[in-house]
Amino acid sequence: MSQPILTDPMDQHRIGAPLLEIRDLQVAFATQGGMVPAVNGVSLTLLQGETLAIVGESGSGKTTTALSVIKLLPGSAQITGGSILFDGVDLTTLSEKELQKVRGKQIGFVPQDPMSNLNPVWRIGFQVEETLVANGKATRGQDARAKAIAVLEQAGLSDAAERMRQYPHQFSGGMRQRVLIGIGLSSTPKLLIADEPTSALDVTVQRVILDHLAKLTAESGTSVLFITHDLGLAAERAQKLVVMYKGRVVEAGPSIELLQNPQHPYTKRLVAAAPSLASQRLQHSSTSVSGADLRGDDGVDVDLVATAEDRAARAKKSLTAPPAVQVENLTKVFQISSGKLRSEPFTAVDSVSFSIAKGTTTALVGESGSGKSTVARLVLKLDEPTSGRIVVDGRDLADTRGKDLLALRRRMQPVFQDPFGSLDPLYNIGATIAEPLRAHRVGDRHEQRARVLELLDQVSLPKQLVDRYPNELSGGQRQRVAIARALALKPDIVVLDEAVSALDVLVQAQILALLGELQSELDLTYLFITHDLAVVRLIADNVCVMRKGKIVEAASTSEVFDNPREQYTQELLAAIPGAGIKLGA
Amino acid sequence: MVWYILRRVLQVIPVFLGATLLIYFMVFALPGDPIAALGGDRGLNPAVADAIRSRYHLDEPFIVQYFYYLQGIFTGNLGTTFSGQPVSEILARTLPVTFRLAIIAIVIEAVAGILIGLIAGLRKNGAFDTVSLLFSLVLISMPIFVLAFLAQFVFAIQLGWARTTVSGEAPFSELILPAFVLAFFVVANVIRLTRTSVIENLDADFVRTATAKGLSRPRIIRVHVLRNSLIPVVTLIGTDFGLLIVGATVTEGIFNVPGVGNTLFKAILLSEAPTVVSFVTVFVIVYLISNLLVDILYAFLDPRIRYGK
Repeated sequence: MSQPILTDPMDQHRIGAPLLEIRDLQVAFATQGGMVPAVNGVSLTLLQGETLAIVGESGSGKTTTALSVIKLLPGSAQITGGSILFDGVDLTTLSEKELQKVRGKQIGFVPQDPMSNLNPVWRIGFQVEETLVANGKATRGQDARAKAIAVLEQAGLSDAAERMRQYPHQFSGGMRQRVLIGIGLSSTPKLLIADEPTSALDVTVQRVILDHLAKLTAESGTSVLFITHDLGLAAERAQKLVVMYKGRVVEAGPSIELLQNPQHPYTKRLVAAAPSLASQRLQHSSTSVSGADLRGDDGVDVDLVATAEDRAARAKKSLTAPPAVQVENLTKVFQISSGKLRSEPFTAVDSVSFSIAKGTTTALVGESGSGKSTVARLVLKLDEPTSGRIVVDGRDLADTRGKDLLALRRRMQPVFQDPFGSLDPLYNIGATIAEPLRAHRVGDRHEQRARVLELLDQVSLPKQLVDRYPNELSGGQRQRVAIARALALKPDIVVLDEAVSALDVLVQAQILALLGELQSELDLTYLFITHDLAVVRLIADNVCVMRKGKIVEAASTSEVFDNPREQYTQELLAAIPGAGIKLGA
Repeated sequence: MVWYILRRVLQVIPVFLGATLLIYFMVFALPGDPIAALGGDRGLNPAVADAIRSRYHLDEPFIVQYFYYLQGIFTGNLGTTFSGQPVSEILARTLPVTFRLAIIAIVIEAVAGILIGLIAGLRKNGAFDTVSLLFSLVLISMPIFVLAFLAQFVFAIQLGWARTTVSGEAPFSELILPAFVLAFFVVANVIRLTRTSVIENLDADFVRTATAKGLSRPRIIRVHVLRNSLIPVVTLIGTDFGLLIVGATVTEGIFNVPGVGNTLFKAILLSEAPTVVSFVTVFVIVYLISNLLVDILYAFLDPRIRYGK
């Protein structure tokens, strides 16, 4: 295991003159209602050899700022003011032809989503070679091929020569991101713009790839403009941070300093809400950010440390409660078509056993492909296990059919990851939340309406939302609606499958706090499925770490975090962004 | 890839059997007795009628007749017309003409459709796009015979650039006008589909990445936008080939092209069952083969399918 590359602010021997200077940048989007500003007077300076991270939530303008540098903005966006000086040239004044000479050659770009950023119909080799040829780094043919192999090898792709002839869909996400990093750095640019380069990847993969990226850019003295929503990750990877909020820079400065002593209220809230950092604070039991204004826009308190400590105090008495869900030797085997007329068995869940005491939270943690979501589907009886038993409140799920199954579903409700996909766009909020009530014929119209209003109140949403439609709501509001819908039938058990993963940190913190409140209020039992260990620390009583279908470690949350026994768990913990940052030291 | 093609070929078999059974059943179930009709008003000697019936296996059960018919297809014996000409001979004469017509039409459709669609997509909501939208709407809403008569009137009669009808040999030059009519009948869909997929791909992340890589705009359009956009378009054009062979009936009638469509039309008017059944069977085969080729072409164009399951 390589250690994460920690950047010491004192270590500035390679850092030189300003390379990129953004001055008072204004970007606006053309909409039907006229020009809407997205970036409003942003200024920042990036020195040679330096890494600077822009941090912000979705819609903060961080990506728009970065894309303005090489004019990759979508058609409706326009730079309406300011200047972008790169190596002394104002990029905003360049023609498309002149920009073409800057892109790739002098400024490399690593995009966010490795799945959609390689052309699916061309071989990997072709896509690397054409970059080299376009930037005059190689001539077509053998030369380009040899150099492309070198680029891929340097990006850390094993057997690069054989893989040149493969197509993107034959690569995993991590491998594709290596290819994209290779392409971005192929012409040894002076500046690399990395737009959330690893947010689609598992934490352990993220760590390896970012370590590698840091090594490559350090070797070549390339400056990096790093865009991320994760404050912990930003602080770990960059010397300087720029925090953006609603199109403006709210705070900028050296990373560690900014994290330890945030000045702006928004930064304080962000520091308080970031799960990776909050979990860090718990680890070191250091002082929490005192005096910070932690009230969200809608007045919900978000101090995750307090939430978590509250939970810890409560945990002792509830762990003795009888099990609400008991899973014994659960196994699920899928038949995977192997291309020919045969199919191969694939064991997604391999004799998994755990139990959840009533009123507590058990988290299933694992990376993609670990089988955690399959367990959730089996527990919800959306899929049948190959073998093993699931007992809910003393009843074996396998024997539960018809009416009994319907009754069971009333008591066990799911909340899924995507707050955009899981709400029907044609149902208004009231109808969405009332749907389970109608399906199970609970109460008359009037009672259903009253229950909907009560639920909106429980999830801290204004009653006026009842007639609105999902597209009028923010991501956080939608996830609250999904939770309200899950609670409509007064369930005892809620299965949360990556329920907070798609949300911005502040919203995530609010939803986590809400889930905690609801649990103590309604004595709910949670099965919490997530890939994010940092979140687990804040919400779970017990943790099961899954890998390749098996539970590799199961213990109480504090045990897993303080004394992880398995090497895999240790790796996962070490990969939490910001794990190496000392706060309040 | 081999498995993919083999699976597609195997899938053709049940479709072929089902379609031919259905056609045969429908012609069989048609009202009227062709043997009785042969005798005209005077009626046929019952012994003669019986002899003809047993010669054509008309006295056997339906399913047995169907198997005789299948046997005929595979041995090239498609029966004879009432005038005694073997159906296979007529097919051999007419099918090449229709193929020639359809191929010219496909080339016109592909070139015009892709070119117009590409420009419209690249200049979304511009003047060209608007005009091409109107043009496609007019084409879509116009029945093919109106289009055909219009073309005949303007290009053959008014301008005198072409002959109103095609002569017996059906040479290439005379087929151009009917081919244009056929092509314009289907080109609107190609324009719309090309335009939509070009617009979609222009917005794709990999196109943005290609720009960031420092590629020139023309190269991005050619390599990353057009190539990807053509995948659904080629599929559409491929299925159009079958459609054009079959759909040539009206156009061939108007321009008097001696192709399969025209011949089939006349055979239907005469209730010439063997000709109708054989021709329709050929249409089914042409359709199946062109769809099979499209599937294979699709896999060739899209590596995700080629290397998928």
